[in-house]
Amino acid sequence: MGLFTNLKDSVSRVTDKLFSAQEPKRIGIYGPPNAGKTTLANRIARDWTGDAVGPESHIPHETRRARRKEDVEIERNGKTVTIDIVDTPGVTTKVDYEEFLDHDMEKDDAVRRSREATEGVAEAMHWLREDVDGVIYVLDSTTDPFTQVNTMLIGIIESQDLPVLILANKTDLEESSVQRIQNAFPQHETIPLSALEGDNMDEVYEKIAEYFG
Amino acid sequence: MPEVKGNGPNGDGPNGDAPDDAGGVQIDLIGADRMANMAAMEKIRMILDGVRDNNIVILETGLSPDEESKLIEVTMTEISPDEFNGIEIETYPRSETTDQSFLDRLMGNESTQKLTVIGPANQIETLHKDENLISALVSRK
Ligand SMILES: Nc1nc2c(ncn2[C@@H]2O[C@H](COP(=O)(O)OP(=O)(O)OP(=O)(O)O)[C@@H](O)[C@H]2O)c(=O)[nH]1
Ligand SMILES: [Mg+2]
Repeated sequence: MGLFTNLKDSVSRVTDKLFSAQEPKRIGIYGPPNAGKTTLANRIARDWTGDAVGPESHIPHETRRARRKEDVEIERNGKTVTIDIVDTPGVTTKVDYEEFLDHDMEKDDAVRRSREATEGVAEAMHWLREDVDGVIYVLDSTTDPFTQVNTMLIGIIESQDLPVLILANKTDLEESSVQRIQNAFPQHETIPLSALEGDNMDEVYEKIAEYFG
Repeated sequence: MPEVKGNGPNGDGPNGDAPDDAGGVQIDLIGADRMANMAAMEKIRMILDGVRDNNIVILETGLSPDEESKLIEVTMTEISPDEFNGIEIETYPRSETTDQSFLDRLMGNESTQKLTVIGPANQIETLHKDENLISALVSRK
């Protein structure tokens, strides 16, 4: 069964590549909850299309459905790359609705939020196995990157041979450490940024063009 | 004392064993041989059955990235408020520089393979904290 699924996956990947050469690449924005994925997706979408992707919030699991922004044209050095951006729910191995109660939420709402969050994470994992052509992995550089979820996800991304850019977000905050992220994933390039303030977005766009163009 | 259950020749998963007694933690040790003969979904089922019985599941060989991805996905579909909050997963040693001897004693293993430890999200802390658990595992060898 594993063999069959693998075979099917690689066949569909190959045919995807053959027939979709003109199609924009689908770039998934992944990372743990609250890393700033939606803030980044919104900034990219606003910079190049004028509108946003979805709501941002300090409460984890704000994004509970993968959301796609199509045909985002990014211009760099006279070259244009067109990508579809997929903002995904923060990946985790556990969701406890009681955490949301701390954010002044009623139990009903907290339970609903956790249910939607779990569905969203399952969906995001599915997208990662089947439906993305590249990954922007966003980390909050004020937190410890050496988590099992980050290690597993980077491993999953690598095993699929997807191009991946690691973004060290929230560099505007004092406790930010880009080096810690570089040390955690030395095999990949780490780009510092503040998605909120818009710091270092030029380099982000340059690397997006280079990696996904 | 924690109860340690290995995987005997006809061990058929973590079900049907003695219920948890107060403070006791059951550990399901899944050896490399047994892992090698299981399909991805069988492994995931076995892990989640164990964890949902409040056991700690230790895999002698890790999961492949694809299996990890499916484990996250299936875990998410099984989370249910007030009943199951999901899993905590760790590999030991945590980094390359960690002392290997603990591992070797643990599984009586010469190799430097990593162990994967999976437990219920609300209980895995006990594994970090409870020295007795670790000594129970070691003394089993
Ligand atoms: N200081 C600072 N805060 C940021 C930055 N980027 C995002 N944030 C804040 O971090 C919080 C989470 O941002 P989101 O963009 O919603 O995070 P997310 O990764 O989409 O979170 P989920 O959808 O819940 O997984 C919000 O309060 C943002 O304002 C940044 O560069 N600097
Ligand atoms: Mg979001």
